[in-house]
Amino acid sequence: MPPLLALDAVVKDYASEAGTFRALHGVSVEVQKGEFMAIMGPSGSGKSTLMNIIGCLDTPTTGTYRFEGTDTATLSEGALAKLRNAGIGFIFQQFNLLPRLSALANVALPMVYSGVASGERNARAQALLASVGLADKPRSRPSQLSGGQQQRVAVARSLANNPQLLLADEPTGALDTRTGVEVLGLFRALNEQKGVTVVIVTHDPEVARATNRVVRIQDGLVFYDGPPTEAALYGHAEATA
Amino acid sequence: MIYTMLIEAWSALVANRLRSALTMLGMIIGVAAVILMLAIGGGVQKQVSDAVSGLGSNMLIVTAGSGRQGPLSGGAGTGASLRIEDADAIAKIDNVAAVAPSTSLAAQVVAGPVNWATQVTGTVPGYFTVNAWPAGDGRLFTDREDRAGARVAVLGQTVADKLFGANDPMGQTVRIKGVSFTVVGLLEHRGQGFGGQDRDDVIVVPLTSALRLLQGNAIRRSIRIISVGVASAAALDQVTDDIATLLRRLHRLRAADQDDFSVANLTAITDTLSTTTAAISLLLAAIGSISLVVGGIGIMNIMLVSVTERTREIGIRMAIGASRAAVRLQFLLEALMLSLIGCGIGVAVGTGLAMLAGRFIGFDTAVTVFAVVVAFAVSASIGIFFGWWPATRAARLSPIEALRS
Repeated sequence: MPPLLALDAVVKDYASEAGTFRALHGVSVEVQKGEFMAIMGPSGSGKSTLMNIIGCLDTPTTGTYRFEGTDTATLSEGALAKLRNAGIGFIFQQFNLLPRLSALANVALPMVYSGVASGERNARAQALLASVGLADKPRSRPSQLSGGQQQRVAVARSLANNPQLLLADEPTGALDTRTGVEVLGLFRALNEQKGVTVVIVTHDPEVARATNRVVRIQDGLVFYDGPPTEAALYGHAEATA
Repeated sequence: MIYTMLIEAWSALVANRLRSALTMLGMIIGVAAVILMLAIGGGVQKQVSDAVSGLGSNMLIVTAGSGRQGPLSGGAGTGASLRIEDADAIAKIDNVAAVAPSTSLAAQVVAGPVNWATQVTGTVPGYFTVNAWPAGDGRLFTDREDRAGARVAVLGQTVADKLFGANDPMGQTVRIKGVSFTVVGLLEHRGQGFGGQDRDDVIVVPLTSALRLLQGNAIRRSIRIISVGVASAAALDQVTDDIATLLRRLHRLRAADQDDFSVANLTAITDTLSTTTAAISLLLAAIGSISLVVGGIGIMNIMLVSVTERTREIGIRMAIGASRAAVRLQFLLEALMLSLIGCGIGVAVGTGLAMLAGRFIGFDTAVTVFAVVVAFAVSASIGIFFGWWPATRAARLSPIEALRS
């Protein structure tokens, strides 16, 4: 069975006014199904670029990215949209809920795009809200919810189409410590009980500590790939050893 | 999915109530203008066609050939080609409702000290039926009086005014070419004809009397005009052909000979008039559609603003799996909804204005189903046409950049 994610010598160049800027210099990472891991790195290290590529929002300049063994370069725009819709669940630092929609409608939105009938959609969205502890808030607008509640709605939304991968970008960045711990606990539960692969992109060592594996990116290269040791979490040079 | 997207489109419009309402205003004014213009145009058209049918549009007029065969061979002989017998034969053609042969001559008419040059028409009582021309006062002459060659006359309003002024002409005597006629009736007022001639400047006498007493011996049995009333407008062409065939046979014309008569109907005039009025309503509608286009540009403008404002929303939607087609559809639906709701209100406003206008101008300005259907079709096209570009712009956004905004 192929790994869930397989990046092989991924290079990403951006054209800017100053000339071509290379964000990734050849990144090779494999992620197996059921892993619970963090991608770390200071800002400007290329970790956001890596996340965009893993999330199929962007494509490598050279190198290959396989999702469940399929080279994403061979997929059409439509197929990539489908993959984002059903294969990957996104969780963002700023939650990115649609402000006009209720919590229930936000959770149901990915199922609108995957064509789930409305009755089933709403039932499932309600069940997902219940699973993140918000069974009593389906009608609330995001602005009526606390940050932690909004992020839990976002988690429920990311699970709408039963994705294999949860891809979280600084998921606790906008939350206080206690709420952050709750959200991480939610990820852990999903990973252990449902076998969802979780990839968290973060610069926060405390977040990365909760995972089983840390990939540290620096200057567009994999700098460390292994268990969340103190050295790895705090980015000491000797971590490479 | 479409239903969900419609609800979303609606909620997006409601979220920006004032802006949506102002955008719709452009469409409302445009559609109302088109509806109003079409209604007024239709009213004009109806008015004209009613006026034309008052002239007797189901009528054919057979006239004796005149100078048609060239300047030299025309003249008296050809002018005398129609005879009473022709009228009797035409009466037997299918779909012919009435036939009225008539002749006419210019004459100086004298009543006591007053005289007046006018047109004297000799005809049968059926003439009044075919021309839908009843007596305004007194009576018309009868078939019996016609057969007997009675010396009775029916006056047009103008002639009555000129000869008798304020006096009652009934029972008075008029002298035409030295022959005395008793006035038995007065025709209803008719007004001007198409050439501007005064159709009330006429005296009508029985055909027999006119042929016997007023027309010269040589052409005694010849008449100028046969008016033919046709049962229905649909039969006009057929009857026209039948009369031509019949008359060619009766006049023993060979295949090479030209017709020595002509059959004319008023449909040519009706057609010209309806083409003209149709052009007028088209022009009015075109003026209205300019404001529709302006309304459409308003929609495009607001949709572009909306796409820019909602870039982040578009990025989120793309990240959670909206295809570019779905994003485009979403914005197209919003544009379409703006234009169609605007259209609905515009139709209501336009209909109201048309009714109001009808009351003021005093003719029928009914809004037709056709106009409403056209308004909706055009509005939908405008929504799609002017919504396409903003929607495409939304669909082309890069999800990463959209999310970053």
